[in-house]
Amino acid sequence: MAGFLVIWELFGRSRLVPPEYLPPPSVVAVELVKLLGDEAFLRDVVATVLAVLIAMGLSAGIAVPLGLVLGSVASVRHATRAVVEFLRPIPSVALIPLAVLLLGIGPETKITLAVYAAIWPILFNTIYALDELDPLLVETARAFGAGRVRVLASVALPSALPFVLTGIRLAATTSLVVIVSVELLEGGSGGIGQYIALARSGAGRMDIVLAGTAVAGVIGYLLNDGLERAQRRWVGWSSVTGGRS
Amino acid sequence: MTAMLEVADLGHTYQAKDGAHTAIADLSFTVGTGELVCVVGPSGCGKSTLLRTISGLIRPTRGEISLHGNEVRGVPDDLAVVFQDYSRSLFPWLSVQKNVEFPLRRSLGRAERRARAAEALEWVGLGAAGRKYPWQLSGGMQQRVAIARALAYRPALLLMDEPFASVDAQTRFELEDLLLKVRTEQDTTVLVVTHDIDESVYLGDRILVLSTSPASVVADLKVDLPAQRDQITTRESEAFVALRAEVARLLNVGKTSEEVRARREANEQQAAKWAEAERAEASRADAEERATT
Repeated sequence: MAGFLVIWELFGRSRLVPPEYLPPPSVVAVELVKLLGDEAFLRDVVATVLAVLIAMGLSAGIAVPLGLVLGSVASVRHATRAVVEFLRPIPSVALIPLAVLLLGIGPETKITLAVYAAIWPILFNTIYALDELDPLLVETARAFGAGRVRVLASVALPSALPFVLTGIRLAATTSLVVIVSVELLEGGSGGIGQYIALARSGAGRMDIVLAGTAVAGVIGYLLNDGLERAQRRWVGWSSVTGGRS
Repeated sequence: MTAMLEVADLGHTYQAKDGAHTAIADLSFTVGTGELVCVVGPSGCGKSTLLRTISGLIRPTRGEISLHGNEVRGVPDDLAVVFQDYSRSLFPWLSVQKNVEFPLRRSLGRAERRARAAEALEWVGLGAAGRKYPWQLSGGMQQRVAIARALAYRPALLLMDEPFASVDAQTRFELEDLLLKVRTEQDTTVLVVTHDIDESVYLGDRILVLSTSPASVVADLKVDLPAQRDQITTRESEAFVALRAEVARLLNVGKTSEEVRARREANEQQAAKWAEAERAEASRADAEERATT
């Protein structure tokens, strides 16, 4: 990280690129400190983080139950396969025009698009986890009189949890990317992306642009780190019993 | 002695893609209340199928099974199973204590559940390990947890599927003695399925010798050994050695005639196929159960 900053600094101070295009990190850092004291910017940070958290909650709320159904009922999975395989590769950014038309340019647009993108990793991890479910665990529970629902709730779900959390961790990064992209391209709903877009188009202030970008990076890092910690804490058993995550 | 388990004219045929496999031909036997009966047979002879039909995990295609007079349809309420593969039958996300409590969750309140689990862990000598996780224990200790879980359920019948086949010899002796101790103390009726002749003689009050597949009962032998067994003196006693030889003879052990060997090899190949058919069957049974509830 330090090496990266040194190279950037040297590159930025050399005359290879105009300093307005790529300001060195020392300049960006000063701007970053200023931004952190700027209420408008902080409000945009909160708007982005909040949108990411809502998108994650919604996508997990949709994808986990859906994954449990698709993963445990083979006929439903086969029936929906074509639809899933058609929808999955569509980049959510390509859906911006449609979403704006349907939902306007408020926060619900970026959240909807983020949910669309974030559902897939959670859904596929959940389905995969159920495929990996040890039949002997199910048999054990059944031999002790557990019915269908109880097997799903107390065996399939906990056993799938490490994969599900990995899916949610991937989904967090994905939804951050989508939300910042939509803010950048569409504006109107606040957020870091919009702040960056304004700094670029209005004053051409690359130092502010890069400072904003750095903040987006930090948010992504913190999200991932927090979820990794949660994973270690909640499903620590899985890493010991055979790297289940 | 009243019969705890009655198996009459039991037969099971798996429908696989490439035809039908008859795993069990015609099995009839009873297990009396308080008895420990060992079922011994060559590998792939349908022992696991037998166990799965008794435990209600699969429905037999023929015959009848009743547990203390009630016909088995679906999984009986008062039956517990200990599988060979302890590492895959304990829930890795639950502590030892919670694993033992798992089967009690439906019927008991929290305090009673906890007390019962602690008591059962005490029986198997793991009173201090309740807060640990299964993967923090040795294989032998994990199998003790599985036994404690089954005992805490207070089953009318305890079924054990090759329970000590995956532990080392020393641990196996310990676990065998542990089983004999707790079943005397708790007065449990036990049916142990094993391929180990010595083990069947050492543990059993009675031994059911099965034929190669499709399984049928070749002999029903009473074990004439004192109730108090000892790993060294019992195993060297004349009665033990004689009975062991008799079982071995019934199982054709050591005979290397072409016919026997060919049959055994064929059996082992079939065993793999059945395992697959069995799994399919189990999920089908699951689906049926779903449909009926």
